[in-house]
Amino acid sequence: MEQSAVDNKKRSHSGRSTRAIVKPHVMEEWVGKVYTTLCILVLVITIGAIVYFVSSRGLATFFVDGVSLSGLLGGLKWDPEADIPLYGALPFIFGSFSTSLLAALLAAPLSLCAAVFMTQIMPGFGKRVLQPVIELLAGIPSVVFGFIGLSVVVPALRAIFPGQGIGIAAGAIVLSLMILPTITTIATDALAALPRGLKEGSFALGATRWQTIYRIVIPTTLPSLLTGVVLGMSRAFGEALAVQMVIGNSPHIPHSLFESASTLTSAITLSMGNTVMGSTHNNALWSLALILLSMTFVFVFVVRFLERRNNR
Amino acid sequence: MNAKSADRIATAVIIGVASLIVLILAGMLGFILVRGVSHISFDFLTSAPQTIKAGGGIGPQLFNSIFLLLLTLIITIPLGLGAGIYMSEYAKPGRLTDSIRLVVEVLSSFPSIVVGLFGLLVIVNVFGFGFSLFSGALALTVFNLPLMVRITEQSLKGVPREQKEASLALGLSRWKTITSVMLPIATPTIVTGTILAAGRVFGEAAALLFTAGMSSPRLDFSNWNPLSPTSPLNPFRPAETLAVHIWKINSEGLAPDAAEIAAGASAVLVLTVLIFNFGARWFGRYLHRRFTATK
Repeated sequence: MEQSAVDNKKRSHSGRSTRAIVKPHVMEEWVGKVYTTLCILVLVITIGAIVYFVSSRGLATFFVDGVSLSGLLGGLKWDPEADIPLYGALPFIFGSFSTSLLAALLAAPLSLCAAVFMTQIMPGFGKRVLQPVIELLAGIPSVVFGFIGLSVVVPALRAIFPGQGIGIAAGAIVLSLMILPTITTIATDALAALPRGLKEGSFALGATRWQTIYRIVIPTTLPSLLTGVVLGMSRAFGEALAVQMVIGNSPHIPHSLFESASTLTSAITLSMGNTVMGSTHNNALWSLALILLSMTFVFVFVVRFLERRNNR
Repeated sequence: MNAKSADRIATAVIIGVASLIVLILAGMLGFILVRGVSHISFDFLTSAPQTIKAGGGIGPQLFNSIFLLLLTLIITIPLGLGAGIYMSEYAKPGRLTDSIRLVVEVLSSFPSIVVGLFGLLVIVNVFGFGFSLFSGALALTVFNLPLMVRITEQSLKGVPREQKEASLALGLSRWKTITSVMLPIATPTIVTGTILAAGRVFGEAAALLFTAGMSSPRLDFSNWNPLSPTSPLNPFRPAETLAVHIWKINSEGLAPDAAEIAAGASAVLVLTVLIFNFGARWFGRYLHRRFTATK
């Protein structure tokens, strides 16, 4: 009786003492949780700040300087230095869309062939040779692409086609090389993840490899392939320096692919440093950045939509 | 045309395109290296650039690029590891986690020029750091962070479940399990990914135009006081990096040998990226051997 009472007392005493100081592993867990949550908070705050600051500047063009939205999006003339300054960004929007669309059109078939080669035709050789090649291509900095465009692509185009060689065609060729790895990687992953039974079933029915590839493999993986193309386009749309170096940068809609043009990114790159913060011209450039930012969101949501369809 | 010959033609076309891609890359690398390597010399790598005379080098730019990369990694690695650990171990499936994942995805697809403009507005002007290495490093952090998060998350997900459960069963806390059991296993993958990401940061230029600046002050490489404005170690001085330098001399270079300097600097940049690429693979394999006792 007495013994158990002492035991009880001891137990309750030790219980109190562990409650008084937090156990080391609880403390440890708390530190880990707080630290990682703070890191995530930094990420979330950063993106919030980017969206807030870019929109506040970009919207000032409309609310403070009185430029109309339709005038900016649909205006054909960009001339901020004129007596009556004009802020029509359509040439830039046109330039950005045409270069990135053309780049995707050029790169998609090449990437698809590369992916089919790596997964269906020569998997061993593809893994050993083509995959490292694609990864290296992804690592080459964009200014180096610009430099190659300037010293190889532009002179070649000048020799073959009329005009100076600079323009949307040169920009699209350089961009297509830059987005080739993006599309190829995603297409390869999709093709490699295909269930084996699908292909074997097709072979068992007597279909040739090509029939299997283009009737079975490609249709089944189409949503993933499209995801790759959209991601590639999104990269091309936001790429600044390589395009700026080869496109010529004149603010009007060109009549041919080989005439000087301009994109949203190249307009920002060239003029942002020469304008005064807070002036209408400066705010208009921020509006261009806001268009870029909104397009990023559009691309991300298209990709999400495609992925959801793919998973179903 | 019967199915067999269609098969043969299609196979030939696909093999042709695949070899074309290999040829393009070989051609590009060959072009850069053949044109540039002959221009690389010790003097070119260490001397300061000339604005209107021939014979300028890329010394300060090369130093700035490396210094900026180090600064960026010092800021990115703790943040990226923490956020990656959260995403892989602490985040519970649900709406909140989904939206955080969306945030990371959106952040990684922001055009780098938009990140640069954000840096110009907030870091350079509002916080008042001016055009400096530090501003550049913060902008590159925004650019690099989503990559680090993804690398950490994926490599932690690759750790076998049994290892984690065994550690938890021994009564270790979750944090202790992560730091002492899971991270060592994931380290080779994280290191490889980090070095590859560093290669990308090394070549980045658009985000730096408006944050680290497009000029380099006269540097005195014998001055090691990090607070002096002419010291190369001062993180609050403007700094033009190698990639920005290549862009600048291609767009507005006045030196008579601008084309050769651009070729030489591009070769240095590409060689560095190649070293990063092969180095990352080699180092990852080395760490894997050291940590897991496999041969």
